[in-house]
Amino acid sequence: MTLLMLSDMCCTQDGRQVLDGINLSIAPGEFVGLIGRNGAGKTTLLRASLGLIPAQGWSSLADMSVRERARAAAFMPQGREIAWPMPVESLVALGRIAHPDAASASDRAATEQAIAALELQGLRHRAATSLSGGEQARVLIARALAQDTPLLMADEPIAGLDPAAQISVMRLFAGLAAQGKAVLASLHDLGLAARHCTRLILLDHGRIVADGPPAKVLTAGHLAQSFGITAQMSVGPEGMLFQVIDTASSQGAN
Amino acid sequence: MTRGATYPALLTGLSCLVLTLFLASLLVGPARLGMWDCLRALFGQGPEMLQLVMREIRLPRALLGVMVGAALGMSGAVMQGFLRNPLAEPGLVGTSGSAALGAVLAIQLGLAAAFPLGLPLAALVGASGSVILVLLLAGPQGGALALILSGIAISALAGAATSLVLNLSPNPFAANEIIFWMLGSLADRSMLHVWIALPFMLVGAALLLATGRGLDALTLGEDAAASSGINLTRLRLTLVAGTAALIGGATAVAGAIGFVGLVVPHILRRSVSGRPSRLIPVSALGGAAMVLAADLAVRTIAPERDIKLGVLTALIGAPFFLHLILKTRRSGA
Repeated sequence: MTLLMLSDMCCTQDGRQVLDGINLSIAPGEFVGLIGRNGAGKTTLLRASLGLIPAQGWSSLADMSVRERARAAAFMPQGREIAWPMPVESLVALGRIAHPDAASASDRAATEQAIAALELQGLRHRAATSLSGGEQARVLIARALAQDTPLLMADEPIAGLDPAAQISVMRLFAGLAAQGKAVLASLHDLGLAARHCTRLILLDHGRIVADGPPAKVLTAGHLAQSFGITAQMSVGPEGMLFQVIDTASSQGAN
Repeated sequence: MTRGATYPALLTGLSCLVLTLFLASLLVGPARLGMWDCLRALFGQGPEMLQLVMREIRLPRALLGVMVGAALGMSGAVMQGFLRNPLAEPGLVGTSGSAALGAVLAIQLGLAAAFPLGLPLAALVGASGSVILVLLLAGPQGGALALILSGIAISALAGAATSLVLNLSPNPFAANEIIFWMLGSLADRSMLHVWIALPFMLVGAALLLATGRGLDALTLGEDAAASSGINLTRLRLTLVAGTAALIGGATAVAGAIGFVGLVVPHILRRSVSGRPSRLIPVSALGGAAMVLAADLAVRTIAPERDIKLGVLTALIGAPFFLHLILKTRRSGA
């Protein structure tokens, strides 16, 4: 059983090949980190696989009807847009729009669960537009969580969060995967990605360069080639430790 | 943090306000008549003259006040929700400009004088034309930006054509009539006007009320809305058709009445905690109250001068706009 399947996905924007022959599938139980430089095609991959932008190739999600898709995958976009000063509670409940036929009790339960998971109890009556950027991000993650789908896709969900909040979101996602759901999130913090993800997909110039467990993907060669950095990685009693050392070019100059 | 009244209480309160203003609109007029006599005449009792005044002059005026105000308030709320911009107003899709052009042509060509429904029907034809043009220009998949730009282009074109008609008008009386019509008014309308606008208003209101869920989801942007099960293409179509039916109907019977669609959703947004779906019915009631109140003011402040309704709403609306700018500046600083 797969929750997302992409075959030979290509996407061209303004004459530039942004995605080039993407093949992947995501199964229940996986927490997949999508990594790569700025402009590698991470956001395009997420949006194209949801059918939000036109692309060639086949995506199991883009193939569904809009309503079916909303019950198969939730999406937290990168642009953290909140147009109106709605209370946090109502904003999280927007995730339930995907379930128009659900009973109001299950809507309530899913909303409450999402609020508790992101520790938003203290903010629930505040206007979401008056919160800090990190708090808003947590509200938007909770909204996607309340959609209660087997697959959660998030575009840089932990950017702008404080360290403790970053770790707890990564734990939350890993926990969802452990429950038999799946998460696909684009990430820039390779250290957190190495520690919490079950699998990493490295994207470079619209192609998948490496796909596998973190230790197999975060090799010195891949890091130098796709990120232009050097790093140290070790497995300690605390789990996998990953520390970026320098940019690859400046080390070469030494 | 101030929390507004509960939603049902808000709806009840606004409904009471509209009802009060509606009764006031029925009872206030140049002919000083007893309240009891007026109400009796409305239900077909009492002197025939009074029955005529109530049923053929005051009732249509009050009914049109409710309908036009609700149409303007509601479509303003929907337009702001869809574009996620508090400065959006229902005229943005080009309907009011095109309806006005239709009406102006009807006056100029003598259609309006030839038979009583000539003017409103021509205005409705203009409104429908604008919908077809906007949808053709913006394309079926066109985003919000394409929609606004096409709307602005059509408004500008309709405005230019209206000016051309005025410019070429050989008859100063026709030009005068056109200008007065464009100022917007509810005076001297008959039940015929109510019946011609009503079907459009009902269809438009039904369409726009159905956009609530989609607009709620759009609070978080188009990607978030689309991935939570909202068909944006259908939403856009519903919105353009609904707004055009409401604004076309309103402009056809009352002329161009500005600022109501912009100001009313603004005033009421806080009371529904910014929630777009709840703002739709609330703004419909608020718009009805505002137009009824403005029409009452026009009749009582200077009854002999025939101040046009659209002039008064703009006079109230523009300073309110300045107030908004000042408030934004303060909170932004």
